[in-house]
Amino acid sequence: MKKKVLADLLVTFMKIGLFTFGGGYAMISMIEDTCVDRKGWITHDDMMNVTVLAESTPGPIAINCATFVGYQQAGLAGALAATLGIVLPSFALIYLISRFLDNFLEITVIANAFKGIKVAVGILILEAAVSMIRKMQKKALPRMIMAGSFFLMLLISVFSWNVSSVSLMLTAGAISLGAMIGGKRKQKGGEEK
Amino acid sequence: MIYLDLFLGFLRVGCFAFGGAYGAIPLIREVVHSNGWLTDEALTYMIAVSESTPGPIMVNLATYVGSRQAGFPGAVLATTAVVLPSFAVILLVMVILRALLQNRYVQAVLRGVKPCIIGIILATGVHMLVSSCVSLTEIPAVNGRSAVIAAALAGSILTVRIGFGKKFAPVPLIILSAVLGMVVYGI
Repeated sequence: MKKKVLADLLVTFMKIGLFTFGGGYAMISMIEDTCVDRKGWITHDDMMNVTVLAESTPGPIAINCATFVGYQQAGLAGALAATLGIVLPSFALIYLISRFLDNFLEITVIANAFKGIKVAVGILILEAAVSMIRKMQKKALPRMIMAGSFFLMLLISVFSWNVSSVSLMLTAGAISLGAMIGGKRKQKGGEEK
Repeated sequence: MIYLDLFLGFLRVGCFAFGGAYGAIPLIREVVHSNGWLTDEALTYMIAVSESTPGPIMVNLATYVGSRQAGFPGAVLATTAVVLPSFAVILLVMVILRALLQNRYVQAVLRGVKPCIIGIILATGVHMLVSSCVSLTEIPAVNGRSAVIAAALAGSILTVRIGFGKKFAPVPLIILSAVLGMVVYGI
């Protein structure tokens, strides 16, 4: 039984590793689709937690996510299987390129295919964001934080400002913590009257 | 010794690369330069290759540099080193710090960070999609071929959703987009 789970983890994450172009956020949309919607391995809330964790810890987001899902499903062995799975396809590909295909990007067919893939990656990331917005708490503060960080991040990417997204997240976390502490004070003040 | 240098160099990248691959590029450049592994030109080219191949950019870079410097064992060592820290950190959090996630102050912080990440992801998607079809610096500003691909993909997604009531799965979408790219840019 356990062997079956491990094999499933390995194969599923190999598939994710093979088809995820364009870095961490595209990976999140792929993992959300596979592990939350299709396999039901983790909940959407878990997915958000691991995203926060992945962003606030060093290293590639994809590795963090794979380790988390794998551990959740089958402990240490599961974490190893999922992480190995996500690394293996690109390892094999890059190894081959580094040995035999020095002018990889000058091959016209590959360059053309990648121009198409770039469009699809944009769409996938957008889809993931929309589905996350739908599942968001319908309250004023999270909505304002979401809108604010959207506009700031858009400005950062359009003008290539040297601001890390981590500083946006730290600010948002501080605002939320402040609102909670401030809200509690207010409540206490109200009770005393 | 090259094996040890590769391992330690990429362990450093894995340990201190916060905020995704692009945030990590300055650190990667420093490690790669100080060891004389890649020239700046080769690094820029390799970043482009890592973006055009599947998988995490940092891992791809590690595999490439490792393989170039010390063959297959080098590739394995560098890749393992770059993956190890994030693997270990998540395990540590899962095993020891699980309770920390339930703390109400931590929860309050998380409630703020989550919508922020959603905003960042939305902005990344919008920027990626728009910048692949429209350019702010080049002439002509509109990239007609990518716009055609975007329209075709959006059309397919809508057809599947309305016609069959299903979500277009990511893997077939990637494959379709690659084929569209070869056809539309090949003509």
